[in-house]
Amino acid sequence: MGSEYWLYLSMILFTVGSLVVLLRRNAIIVFMGVELMLNAANLAFVALARQNGSLDGQVVALFVMLVAAAEVVIGLAIIMAIYRTRRSASVDDANLLKY
Amino acid sequence: MTDVLPWLVIGVPLAMSFVLLLGGRALDRGAPWLGVLASAASAVLGIVLFVDLLGRPAEDRSVTSATFEWIPAGSFQLSAGLLVDPLSIAFVLLITVVGTLIHVYSVEYMRHDASKRRFFAYLNLFVAAMLLLVLADSFLLLFIGWEGVGLASYLLIGFWNHRPDYARAAKKAFVVNRVGDFGLALAIMAMFAVFGTVTYSGVFGAVEGAGEGWLTVIGLLLVLGAAGKSAQFPLQSWLLDAMAGPTPVSALIHAATMVTAGVYLVVRSGPIFEGAPVAALTVAIVGAITLVMGAVIGTVKDDIKRALAASTMSQIGYMMLAAGLGPAGYVFAIFHLLTHGFFKAGMFLGAGSVMHGMNDQVDMRRFGRLDSVMRVTWVTFAVGWLAILGVPPFSGFWSKDGIIEVAFEGEGVKPWILGSVALIGAGITAYYMSRLFFMTFHGRRRWSTEGEHAVHPHESPWLMTVPMIVLAVGSAGLGWYLYAGKRFESWLEPVVGAVEPEPHVLPVPWIIGLTLVAVAVGLVIAARNYAVQEVPVTVPPTRALGRAARADLYQDDVNEVAVVAPTRAFARGLREVEDDYLAAGVRGLAGGLGRVGAGWGRLQTGFARSYALSMLGGVVLVVGALLVVRL
Repeated sequence: MGSEYWLYLSMILFTVGSLVVLLRRNAIIVFMGVELMLNAANLAFVALARQNGSLDGQVVALFVMLVAAAEVVIGLAIIMAIYRTRRSASVDDANLLKY
Repeated sequence: MTDVLPWLVIGVPLAMSFVLLLGGRALDRGAPWLGVLASAASAVLGIVLFVDLLGRPAEDRSVTSATFEWIPAGSFQLSAGLLVDPLSIAFVLLITVVGTLIHVYSVEYMRHDASKRRFFAYLNLFVAAMLLLVLADSFLLLFIGWEGVGLASYLLIGFWNHRPDYARAAKKAFVVNRVGDFGLALAIMAMFAVFGTVTYSGVFGAVEGAGEGWLTVIGLLLVLGAAGKSAQFPLQSWLLDAMAGPTPVSALIHAATMVTAGVYLVVRSGPIFEGAPVAALTVAIVGAITLVMGAVIGTVKDDIKRALAASTMSQIGYMMLAAGLGPAGYVFAIFHLLTHGFFKAGMFLGAGSVMHGMNDQVDMRRFGRLDSVMRVTWVTFAVGWLAILGVPPFSGFWSKDGIIEVAFEGEGVKPWILGSVALIGAGITAYYMSRLFFMTFHGRRRWSTEGEHAVHPHESPWLMTVPMIVLAVGSAGLGWYLYAGKRFESWLEPVVGAVEPEPHVLPVPWIIGLTLVAVAVGLVIAARNYAVQEVPVTVPPTRALGRAARADLYQDDVNEVAVVAPTRAFARGLREVEDDYLAAGVRGLAGGLGRVGAGWGRLQTGFARSYALSMLGGVVLVVGALLVVRL
């Protein structure tokens, strides 16, 4: 099986993820969209690494996972804190930081 | 040992001044004696250096001590070292010995001053800076000391700075000095540009090969520097106001030492002036003008300290006049500087003693007949008075008469003009100093022990009288001692060069005789006006010259019109240009940028999803652009 299918899958996943980020208001869901995008990128890395017979892409995918894990911890903590004070997890409600 | 010693001479008072300044209240009680101690230690070290120098043969009497790399900058290498030679050691002895005496005097004089710790710290700072000035082996190091004494002078003139007029006097001294310092700084830069070095040995070694034009420029700039520090025309206006400082300060800084730094500078730079006759003549003319100006102002001053200050101006004028006349003059300039240091410091201390007994009264019209109540002050002051008059055998006679003789040396009209100015100056000096002396100590007594202005004059305590007595002994004997057998002349010879006697335009005995006649005339007129006749308590109406002299020959008004007003107008003009054009442009630019920023700030909506969209759009744009370029 050629690696172009993996790339198609990655593209679809990335598109879905970005649409989720742009269209949904619930912060948790938006967060999941972000995760989807990250993993789409991971998939592309791994697929291309395999195609080129190089380990670099694999290593980058590992790093991305690591960073994503850290990011989830902080992101969820922020969402929790916002939810506690404002009783809402909508990203549109958290709009005080502006001009 | 001799390597470290000169640094110690400077270091001890410097360290003490920092200890006193930083030591806090704990040192308040001990401060005066600590100050005396530092100054005395410096004097002892100075004497050791002197004895060491004395033990060497004449041609070896120039010791440059431990140098260190001060400014290593590429091809420019400047090492800082101290030069001990007959000229600098003469100054070291004057500064430390007279300085120590005045420190002792100040212990009593400042006894009741709350901030005497600060006073002694500044006094020590001054001694250290002045020693650095005279011991430096390069013009740049001299400049450090030069600025240091300016700072100490400023701090001490304004010592009682709760009085606004005193603070203003300090500021005036500082600003006028700055003009002179500017001249000196430019002279040093010019030396560097022309000779590539600023050490004495380097500059004087290169003078031979330099053009007269550059030497004249450097010489004139040096004269400007010397005029500022030594209160010479046209930068003389600060000295009279500088009397706002405590009297010991006037004695030490504004009579004996700092104001003579200009004379030192000229004599030290002798080789430069030798190559630039125009600059040397300028020195002599500046001296001649100031000597007359000071003398004329001195004839009408009723404030005892101001009268003495005018006399200082005039006497330094004599030194400058001599310093402008070449090696023969250098010897007498420095000789007069030393004797003047003694008798003028002594008289200032005497004036301080009178003020001490008269509730700080300085108006001589309220003195009179003080000889019977202040015996010691009267006798010591009388010695100083006879010395400055140039009555033989007191010290002023030997030095001042020497200057007048040198002024009559040479050919053409120059010796006639300079000589007669010096001669007439001697007559006026005799008049105003006798006036001061008679108004203070003789005539009718114009004070009372009762009523509104009650005073109880009394002799000052021994801590004050002892320094006065020592200085009086110096004023009486120093001149003869140094003159006899040409002691001082041969002592200075390694520095200033051999003196070749030139023909006088008048026979020497004539000159001496005429001088003594002029002095006698001045003395007799003063005695008739101020000892025999009544001295009115209020100022009598005087003729135009008297009024002008009373107003310090309008020196402040001249400065105001000629310098201050144009500078103000220029500054105002610049400010308008700045306000109307430059600042307007800058303000417009800032306003425009601010508006642009405010407009773009609208993009910051606070909606995270719109940020995400713009990011995505940005990524698409960047990737699209990359693709377009690559394909």
